[in-house]
Amino acid sequence: MSKFTPTPSLLSRENQDKLLHACIWGAAAITIFFLLWVVWHILSNGLSYVSWEFITGSYTRIGEASGIWAMIVSTVYMVLLSLAIAAPIGIMTAIYLTEYAAPGSKFVQVIRFCTESLAGIPSIVYGLFGMTFFVTTLGLGFSILSGSLTLAMLILPVIIRTTEEALMSVPMSYREGGYALGSSKIYTIWRLILPSALPGIVTSVILSTGRVIGESAPVFLTAGMVTQIPESVLDSGRTLTVHLYKLTQELFTQHEWDQAYATATVLIVLVLVLNLATKIIANKLNKAL
Amino acid sequence: MNTATKAPTQGLQLAPKKAIDITEKFFHILFFCSAMVGVLSVSTIGWFVFNEGLPAFKEAGVTEFLFGKEWLPPALYGIFPMIIASLISTAGAVIIGVPIAIFTAVFLAELAPKWLADIVRPAVELLAGIPSVVYGFFGLVIIVPAIESIFNIPAGNTILAGIIVLAIMILPTVITISETSLRALPSVYKEGALALGASHIYSIFKVLIPAAKSGIFTGVALGIARAVGETMAIIMVMGNAPAMPGSILEPARTLTANIAMEMSYATGIHSSALYATGIVLLGFIVLLNGSLLYLNRKRAY
Repeated sequence: MSKFTPTPSLLSRENQDKLLHACIWGAAAITIFFLLWVVWHILSNGLSYVSWEFITGSYTRIGEASGIWAMIVSTVYMVLLSLAIAAPIGIMTAIYLTEYAAPGSKFVQVIRFCTESLAGIPSIVYGLFGMTFFVTTLGLGFSILSGSLTLAMLILPVIIRTTEEALMSVPMSYREGGYALGSSKIYTIWRLILPSALPGIVTSVILSTGRVIGESAPVFLTAGMVTQIPESVLDSGRTLTVHLYKLTQELFTQHEWDQAYATATVLIVLVLVLNLATKIIANKLNKAL
Repeated sequence: MNTATKAPTQGLQLAPKKAIDITEKFFHILFFCSAMVGVLSVSTIGWFVFNEGLPAFKEAGVTEFLFGKEWLPPALYGIFPMIIASLISTAGAVIIGVPIAIFTAVFLAELAPKWLADIVRPAVELLAGIPSVVYGFFGLVIIVPAIESIFNIPAGNTILAGIIVLAIMILPTVITISETSLRALPSVYKEGALALGASHIYSIFKVLIPAAKSGIFTGVALGIARAVGETMAIIMVMGNAPAMPGSILEPARTLTANIAMEMSYATGIHSSALYATGIVLLGFIVLLNGSLLYLNRKRAY
């Protein structure tokens, strides 16, 4: 055999097609398999342990009290406060970018660049920053407020980008119509543009709710992990994800396993509900257009 | 303004208009200030991370810090084992996850019947929303014991476990973005290929995927960013020993895990070293985004 003979293809073109076809179906099957496996494994082990007592009960590390009410309250505080800080700023930034700034101007580019950079920073670096800046330098301590401020910075890019897209999809004629009727700019934005962009804005809020619930590393570095129900925003609190993390570090008794599975179940159900809410709003949006 | 002097009767109507002008101005400034918050946030974070991290570089020396093999605070600060662990776990996740993700994206965009795609797509979105601690927990109870029994080792908390968990975690990111960019292609690409007698599969791999390359690269880059930045899931499954790993069947600690595990009690130069670890992490992300820009620009020419 000469060196230069091209090696004949092992597979005919037809068989190559079949092989690739099989690969594609196989890959899709693997993706679905893992999804079902993760969700099924958690739910099948956790659902039976989720009860009213588990959800509303109190928690002690040693002993029988294994409820997650304090964690649910902390998580809700964290979500509400982060959104209360980030949503107005994010929405107003998006309004500025779409309605006020000259498109493509240097300033808009700078803001875009900064938003993209914010989105690219790993969440642990937010935790690092939040711990030094909010917890220590500003003296807010390990508190819901420190955690919320940190997470607000983290979700800001999500809110800005999603709201911007929603605002840009509002037809130009709405603005023209508003001005033609003699409305001022702010009145047009408030009465015409924001209402028609509302589904998109709500979507951005739901997406960031998911982010706040799902984050853990920056949360335990800034909000701490006290298992008491926080009485004010300056109290430390433990969110559900941080709680699951702490539970997994001490999986010795069946009781602790059950708690971990049940907490993971609650988290997955939360994600399902949020996903469903986004779907419903997206459907409404499609119908409206 | 001119009309006011010409027709004094209209002066009354102009007065409220002036009030509106002030409201307009107020909101304009308010929106502008909001827009500055993002800029301010990035600069504060950047300034803090560098300001806090630089003393460690000075104290330990840049090469000692980056290539030192021992992490023994407060004596030795070498993060080379962590850099290696981050690189290996990310590379492994990409090698396993990206092909599966791209094939799944092709499946959703081209092969799947509409009803099936309509079930799989929301499922993939669900996969994206699951908190990383849940993935970590899954890895801890399923993947870690599986590795123990398959490879017959005492502890399954290894780089391999991290790789598998990360591979699952990057799937949704890569799938969603690749599918979007495949769907965004003009239909003439496919029609042209089919008209020339290419099979469907052939046109997918020789025409559609190359055409959607920049979108797929973006998806892969975001997947890599997610893998590099992931913290909790990694802490839960990878064992966290700050020593140089000998193989993927040994425990290791990534850059992110190093920060998360020691930050709560670190002080002084130790804390500064963790900030410096953050700088290295940011360096990875900048490098990643830079190469993505380069690749996409190169393609545009």
